[in-house]
Amino acid sequence: MNFNFHDLALLAPENFLLGATCVILLVDLFLKPAQRAITHWLSLSAVIGSMLLIVVDDDPATNAFGGTFLHDGVAAVLKIFILGVTAAVFVYARGYLRDRNLFVGEYYLLCLFATLGMMLLVSAGSLVMVYLGLELFALSTYALVAINRDSGIASEAAMKYFVLGALASGLLLYGMSMIYGATHALDLAAIHRVATSTAHPNLLAFGVVFLVVGIGFKFGAVPFHMWLPDVYEGSPTAVTIFIGSAPKIAAFGMAYRLLEGGVGGWSPHWSQMLAALAAASLVIGNVVAIAQTNLKRMLAYSTISHVGFLLLGLANGTPAGYAAAAFYAIAYAIMTTAAFGAILLLARAGFEAEEIEDFKGLNQRNPWYAFIVLLIMASLAGIPPLFGFFAKLLVLKAALDAGMLWLAMVAIVLAIVGAFYYLRVIKVMYFDAPADPAALALPRDLPLRWLLSVNGAALLVLGVFWGPLIAWCYRAFGLPS
Amino acid sequence: MMASLLSLLIWLPILGGALVALAGARADLARWLALAISILVFVVSIPLFTGYDASAGTLQFVENAPWITAIGANYHLGVDGISIALILLTTLTTVLVVLGAWDSVRDKVGQYLAAFLVLEGLMIGVFAAMDALLFYVFFEGMLIPMFIIIGVWGGPRRVYATLKFFLYTFFGSIFMLVGLIYLYLHAHSWELSSFAALPLGATEQAWLFFAFLLGFAIKVPMWPVHTWLPDAHVEAPTGGSVILAAIMLKIGGYGFIRFSLPIVPDACQEFAWLIVALSLIAVIYVGFVALVQEDMKKLIAYSSVSHMGFVTLGVFISLALVRNGGNRDAAYLGVSGAMVQMISHGFVSGALFSGVGVLYDRVHSRMIKDYGGVVNTMPWFAAFWVLFSMANCGLPGTSGFVGEFMVILASFAMSPLVAAGAALTLIIGAAYTLWLVKRVIFGEVANDHVKHLKDIDAREALVLGAFAAGVLVIGVWPAPLTHLMDASIRQIVDHLLVVKA
Repeated sequence: MNFNFHDLALLAPENFLLGATCVILLVDLFLKPAQRAITHWLSLSAVIGSMLLIVVDDDPATNAFGGTFLHDGVAAVLKIFILGVTAAVFVYARGYLRDRNLFVGEYYLLCLFATLGMMLLVSAGSLVMVYLGLELFALSTYALVAINRDSGIASEAAMKYFVLGALASGLLLYGMSMIYGATHALDLAAIHRVATSTAHPNLLAFGVVFLVVGIGFKFGAVPFHMWLPDVYEGSPTAVTIFIGSAPKIAAFGMAYRLLEGGVGGWSPHWSQMLAALAAASLVIGNVVAIAQTNLKRMLAYSTISHVGFLLLGLANGTPAGYAAAAFYAIAYAIMTTAAFGAILLLARAGFEAEEIEDFKGLNQRNPWYAFIVLLIMASLAGIPPLFGFFAKLLVLKAALDAGMLWLAMVAIVLAIVGAFYYLRVIKVMYFDAPADPAALALPRDLPLRWLLSVNGAALLVLGVFWGPLIAWCYRAFGLPS
Repeated sequence: MMASLLSLLIWLPILGGALVALAGARADLARWLALAISILVFVVSIPLFTGYDASAGTLQFVENAPWITAIGANYHLGVDGISIALILLTTLTTVLVVLGAWDSVRDKVGQYLAAFLVLEGLMIGVFAAMDALLFYVFFEGMLIPMFIIIGVWGGPRRVYATLKFFLYTFFGSIFMLVGLIYLYLHAHSWELSSFAALPLGATEQAWLFFAFLLGFAIKVPMWPVHTWLPDAHVEAPTGGSVILAAIMLKIGGYGFIRFSLPIVPDACQEFAWLIVALSLIAVIYVGFVALVQEDMKKLIAYSSVSHMGFVTLGVFISLALVRNGGNRDAAYLGVSGAMVQMISHGFVSGALFSGVGVLYDRVHSRMIKDYGGVVNTMPWFAAFWVLFSMANCGLPGTSGFVGEFMVILASFAMSPLVAAGAALTLIIGAAYTLWLVKRVIFGEVANDHVKHLKDIDAREALVLGAFAAGVLVIGVWPAPLTHLMDASIRQIVDHLLVVKA
C-alpha cells in the first residue's frame, strides 16, 4: 500500500474533524465552566466545517489507501446527514446540559469522536476499517450514556449498553474472522469477488450469520433490541437524542458496506435473515410501544419498528432497496432528532418532560409547538404529505418490486398499529386539558426554539418538495433519477 | 391565471388557513378572515363551471409539472365534469361551514376555521389530482385536520370517535396504497390514465379491486364498515359533521368512479353482485337502523349510509348493465344518478346537520325526546327543516328525488327485484325522516327549552337558505348539473366496455 497525499486529501473531512476535535480537547482544558459555550461553538463549527468539506468535495477518486477507505456518493450522502444531524443535536442539547450541570467538554468531545467513528464506518472498504469505525463510535457512546455518573439509572443503562455492545462487537469480529478464513481477504471488494466461489461456503455462511447478528444489534433489531429501550430511557435526553439519530444512518452505512459491498453475492441468504429481523422488529416494536407511558421509551420502541421498515428496504438486495433504506435512515434521523428536540424544549431544571402526560394540553399552552409536535408525530406515523410517508412509500415500493409481498403486508398492518400510539401523543396535546393552564414558559434558548421550528416545518416542506433529496439518494446508488 | 386555476384553488385555502391560524388569538379577525378566504375560493371556483367545455368531457384546466422525478410522480391536476361538480360543492359548503360556526364555536376559533380551510384545499386536491400518488397524499392528508376537528371541538366521546375515524380510514387507505404501488410498478407511471390503459389479468384485477374496495368502501361508508360514521358524526362539531357528510363521504364514491371502474373493470363486473348486495343492505337494513335512533345526528348519519348506498348501487349496476347486453343508456343513467345523488346528498345532509347544529346551539341536546313542537317557536327554522326532510325522503321537486329516481330507473334495466329493493328506501326513508319531523318539529310545545327557543337569525337563515337553494335548483332544474357531467360520464361508461384481462 503506497501512501500518498492525495489519499489524505480524500479524507479531508475526517482529518479536519479529527484535528478540530484534538484542538477542542486542548482548548477545553483551559476554559472555566462559565466559558463552556466556547466549546459548544467550536464543536458546532467543527461539525459544520467537516460537512462543508464534503459538500465542496468533487474529487472523482472512488477510494483511498488501497480501497480501505471508500470515497463514493453513498458515503457523501450519509456523512452529510450524520454531520448535519449531529450539529442539530448540539444545538438542541445545550440548554438541557446547562440546566443539569452536564455542560461539560466531555459531552462534546465524545460526540465528536463518535461522529468521526460513524464517518469512518460508512466509508469503510475493509473489515478492519469497519471494526475500527464501529469501536470508535461505540466506546464513545458507552461513556456518553454514563456521563451523568451520579444517576443510577444512567449507570445501569451504560452498563447494559456496554456489556451487550461488547458482546455484539465480539460476534461481529468472530464473523469477520470466519469470512477472512473463507476468503483470505480483509478488503470488502476482494471478499465480494471471491465470496461466491469460495472453497469454504459453510464457513462463509456462518460468517454471514454473525455479520447479520452484529448489524442487527447495532440497529437494535428484534431479537437484539434489549439494550435499546433501557439506554434510551436511562440516558440523559441530550445523549438519547444523539444515540437515537445519526447512528442509525451509520448503521445503515455499515450494513450496506458489509452486506452489499462484502458478501453481496450471498444476498439470497442474508436477505432472508434480514426479512425475519424486519418482521420481528415491526411486530415487537409497534405492539410494545402501545403500552408505554414514557415518551422516551415509546420512541425507543418506535425506533425498533422503524428499524423494521429500514431492514425491509435493505433486505431487498437491490439498488432501489438500498436507496430506499438510506432515505429511510436519513428521514428517521431527522424525525427523531425533532422528536427528542421537543422533549428537550419542554424539559426544565428538575423537570424532564419525558412522560407522554407531560405534553397534556400543549395546544392550549403553546399552539405553535403543539403543531410542530403534531407534524413530528404524524411524520413518524407515516401520514402524507409528511416526510415519513415518503420514506415508507419508497421502502414499500422497493419491497413490492422485489416480490416481498407478505413482508410489505406485515409492515402495512403494523403501520396502522403504529399510527395509534403516535396519535395518542397528538391526542394528549390537543384533546386533553393541561395540568397547568398557564401559558408555557419556554426556555430562553432561541437557537433551540428556532431549530425545532425549522426541523418540524421541514418535515412538512420536505414532504411536499422532497424530490431533490430522494433524487440525490437514488443517484448515490447509481439509479436513474 | 386560468392556467393555474386548480393550483390556486388548492393552495389558496391552505395558505389562508395558515393565516387564519396565526390570527387565532383574535377571534373576530379569524372569523372575518376565514369568511373572506372561503368566499374568495368559492368565487375563484366559479370559472371552473363557466369556463369548462362540457361537450368534450375531457380533462381541462390541466396542470402538469414534475414532482418527484426519481419515482416518476407528477404534480398533475385536471378536472372533468364530475370533479367540477364536487369541487363546487366543496367550495360552497366550506363557506357555509365558516358561517355556521360564527357564534357556536368560541374555543380556539382560529384553529377551528384554519382546519376547515386546510381541509377544503386538500379535498379540492383529491378531486383534481390525476396522479395517483398526488391523489393519495391529498386523500390521506385530510385525516389529520379532521382528526383534530372531531377531537378538539367534539362531544363527550370525541376521543374514541376520532380515533376510530382515523384508524378505520387509515386502515382502508393503506391497502389501497399497496394497490397503487403495484400498479405503478407495472405501468411505470403514477398517471391515472396509464393505470386505466394497463392490461391486467383477472386475478390481479380481483386483488386490486379489493384493495380499492377497502379504501373507498370505508370512506363511503358501505355496510358493514360503516360503524365509524355514526360515532364520528355524533361527536363531531356541527361543521365537522357537515363536511364529513357533504364532501368526505363523496370521496369514496368518487374513488369508485375514478379508480375502480376504469382500472379494474373486469373485476368490477365480476364482483358487481357483491357491491349491489352490500348497497341494498345499506339502503334497506341501515334504513331500518335509522328508524330506531334517538339521537338526531345518529339518525341522519345512518340515513347518510343508506343514501350513499344508492351511490354505490348506481355505480355498480351500470357495470352489469353495460357488460351484459350493452345497455349503455341505462348504465349512463346509473352513473349519472349516482353522481346527482352525491351532489344532492351533499346539500341535504349538510343542511340537516346544520339544522341540528342550530337546535343544538340553543338547547345543547341532540336527543329527539328533548324536542317537540319546535314549529311553534321557530316557524322559519321549521319550514327549512321540513324542506330538507322532504328532500331526504326523495320528494319530487327536490334534489333527493332526481338521483334516486335515476338509479331506480337504471336498476329496473338490470332486474326489477333490485329496483324493488332500492325503491323500498323511499318508504323507509320517508318513515324515519317524517317520524323525526313529527317528533321534533310538530305537536305541542314539549318543554320549557322549546318554549324559549328563538327563531333563526339572518346568518343561520343565510346558511340554511343556501342549502335550500341548492336542493331546490337541482330538484327542479337538474339540467345544468347533468349537462356538466354528461360527456365525462359517457366516457367512463364507454370505457367500461374495454376488457382488460
